[in-house]
Amino acid sequence: MTEKQAERVLMKGNEAMAEAAIQAGCRHFFGYPITPSTEIAAYMSKRMPKVGGTYLQAESEVAAINMVLGAAAAGVRVMTGSSSPGISLKSEGVSYLAGCDLPCVIINVQRGGPGLGGIQPSQADYWQATKAWGHGDFQILVYAPSTVQEMVNLMMEAFDKADEYRIPALMLVDGLLGQMMEPIAFPEKDLSTIPAKPWATNGHKHKREHNIVNSLCLKPDELEQQVIARFARYDIIKAKEAQAEEYLVDDADIVLVAFGATARTTRSAIDMAREKDIKAGMIRPITLWPFPEKVIQKAANTAQCFLSVEMSMGQMIDDIKLAINCTKPVHFYGRTGGMVPMPVDILGKIEELARGLK
Amino acid sequence: MTNYNILLAGFGGQGILFSGKVMANAGLVEGKEVSWLPSYGPEMRGGTANCSVCLSERAIGSPLVTTPDILVVMNQPSYEKYIDAVVPGGKVFIDSTLIQANCERTDIDIYEIPATQMAKQQDMSGLANIILMGKVLKETGFAATESVEAAIRKCVSARKAHLVDVNMQAIQLGMNC
Repeated sequence: MTEKQAERVLMKGNEAMAEAAIQAGCRHFFGYPITPSTEIAAYMSKRMPKVGGTYLQAESEVAAINMVLGAAAAGVRVMTGSSSPGISLKSEGVSYLAGCDLPCVIINVQRGGPGLGGIQPSQADYWQATKAWGHGDFQILVYAPSTVQEMVNLMMEAFDKADEYRIPALMLVDGLLGQMMEPIAFPEKDLSTIPAKPWATNGHKHKREHNIVNSLCLKPDELEQQVIARFARYDIIKAKEAQAEEYLVDDADIVLVAFGATARTTRSAIDMAREKDIKAGMIRPITLWPFPEKVIQKAANTAQCFLSVEMSMGQMIDDIKLAINCTKPVHFYGRTGGMVPMPVDILGKIEELARGLK
Repeated sequence: MTNYNILLAGFGGQGILFSGKVMANAGLVEGKEVSWLPSYGPEMRGGTANCSVCLSERAIGSPLVTTPDILVVMNQPSYEKYIDAVVPGGKVFIDSTLIQANCERTDIDIYEIPATQMAKQQDMSGLANIILMGKVLKETGFAATESVEAAIRKCVSARKAHLVDVNMQAIQLGMNC
């Protein structure tokens, strides 16, 4: 993406995602404020009326996600945003959205958990986002930006991909990314390419057969076929949509895997390790589902071991092990509860592993 | 030195976050990579507030500053909490109206400015943070003075545009002390 330096503005991650959504054609926001995601709702409450959109503070997160479902069924670009405890409340609605094949974008600005937990940054909703955000056989797209600029770019992409595949898309960020300001530029967004939605349950003045959007199907053989068809779409998504960034991976003995805010401190740690002649590199998953298995598989040919760095007790380790079929050891360094792994601490773990290699 | 890891800390209401925003915007005006990260949570007027600002020629890794090379402190608890975290060779700016400094470190430069008292005397109440920034500007040269002025223009809301001049006077006051 080419953004001119002169056009850069300083914006908070939360506000930048909200503005990116508007520029991506989103005119409907339903939500309920919660730290550290509140600026999303606050920004939308100011901006939506000015662009002819709808901002509505619902009575609860459950109500908000069901409003998202209704608007998505009507064929408009719609979103909500929350933080971990609120995201759990939305899980029923997300399962229904997936069961109805409805596109929407949801932001989770993660905070420490479980329960009400704390309000400092966390990545401990990884399992929820990538494995089981609700009942039934389903997946959603999960994007994990690590800069405010990438939050903007992926927000726009999330709306496009959600529409293309008729699937909910999640922006999985954390309190650090949501609260920080960085310079950004908004790329030109061509809204004429938004696909038509002939399946939408909008008004048609009896000019066509009526559409039905529903997740209820009481005949098991029919429901099975629906789910199988959806999973065929997931296979296409897995083949086409996985994204990752590689940083100094080619000659790396130790390949760190980190996403989001953690990838930033990990990159600093790798620079420090390289100064000490330790060959460390990083794979940064940009999509968490689909997980960038191929990039990690390829690295397993040259790396001696992997190190997963997370703000959790280690929820991504299994995906790395599966991607490389357990052919190399996968180690872990993490902090949780709202603590951020700092470069010097990650470096300590890299050095420990490097000593083991010699 | 062209890269700065700055930590500003004090009470909520002293303009800690605003100072940080001005510094980040000044870096942006000069085409640097910048980041600004506030402490967030149950902060309020009278509670503690701090923010991390990074100015760099390269992409910024951690936006969270735990070992600052510039520390600006405006209350006693923040001074005591962060003084030992400053990297050797770092510079510390203290509002000495509000802080009793008793630092034994000799590997850092400490500047004590009675900013709150100066603000009161000059009829600039609420601008102690900007006076301190003026001193930071003089001692570190983190940006050109014109860049700081441009940044203040950006950060002051249209409703308060008439306050830009007094902010710049506060910068000058800090630079001259």
